Amino acid sequence: MSDDRRLTGPAQVPAHDSPLWEVFVRPRRGLSHTHVGSLHAPDAALALRNARDLYTRRQEGVSIWVVPATAITASSPDEKDAFFDPAADKVYRHPTFYVVPDGVAHL
Amino acid sequence: MTTFDQVLGLGDDALVAAQRLAQWCARAPELEEDVALANIALDQLGVARLLLTYAGELEGAGRDEDALAYLRTDREFRNVLLVELPDRDYAVLMAKLLFLSAFQRLRYESLAAGDDERLAGIAAKAVKESAYHLDHSALWTVRLGDGTELSHARMQDAVDEVWPYTHELVAEAPSLRPAWLSTVDDVLTGATLTRPADAWQPGGGRDGRHTEALSYLLAEMQVLHRAHPGARW
Repeated sequence: MSDDRRLTGPAQVPAHDSPLWEVFVRPRRGLSHTHVGSLHAPDAALALRNARDLYTRRQEGVSIWVVPATAITASSPDEKDAFFDPAADKVYRHPTFYVVPDGVAHL
Repeated sequence: MTTFDQVLGLGDDALVAAQRLAQWCARAPELEEDVALANIALDQLGVARLLLTYAGELEGAGRDEDALAYLRTDREFRNVLLVELPDRDYAVLMAKLLFLSAFQRLRYESLAAGDDERLAGIAAKAVKESAYHLDHSALWTVRLGDGTELSHARMQDAVDEVWPYTHELVAEAPSLRPAWLSTVDDVLTGATLTRPADAWQPGGGRDGRHTEALSYLLAEMQVLHRAHPGARW
């Protein structure tokens, strides 16, 4: 890195060549894929392999999804109240009026 | 009958490849690639440990994996020259890993079906790892070869530079050469690279005649053990 770049600061640093990917791992059969983190990769095939190396080193999963971060539409923190608060006082939406049979896992 | 020299050669290939790969730790083009290369290095090291332990038992002179890894000079190493070549460019590393893992996969496959049960067990574990190393190096070879004008030129340079050394690697099991060539050809074609003509065929690694690069590699790998014999974490 040249001295010039260090003096002019981050604005001069070129943008990352590789886009960001969000990684979802299914820990085992019967469970859903869960978001575990993100990584940089130039394309989908390499993103999948990078995910294998970064997130399943200790047998954490049996299946991986990678999704371009730009493909995700996220709710805005500003809309938090309108989105989530109305659910707070609607207890009838929770299945608390049933008895869960013994031996039902992951419910 | 499996000999000390055979197993030592396989083990040294894996050990020296592991050390070269580990030298990329914190130097890879991307953080993600850094982890991938370290993973591959540790795979190679794991196989090297099993093979050197077995080699020591075959020799019957009381040398364990550490004695073989840390207390031999370059002339006593039996690895092929390919694995010790310095990685002056990331493309060189990928070319070496492509040629090596394509061969290791085939070699371990045949050893896994062999008569020596101990070696077959080690090879059966290693063959899945080799398949992944091949996949990784093939992906990058294609991306660099079929990438920009600059990346293509550097990848082709790397393939040209490393190609002569593949003869020594594959010479050990000539029956595997057609399958090895077909694997490598597929990747090179997909990467729009040209397979170099067969001309110069350097060798001698299996007899202990190495390039000077191995001495520097061993100096770094062995310095701690030689300065503090028997040191433990």
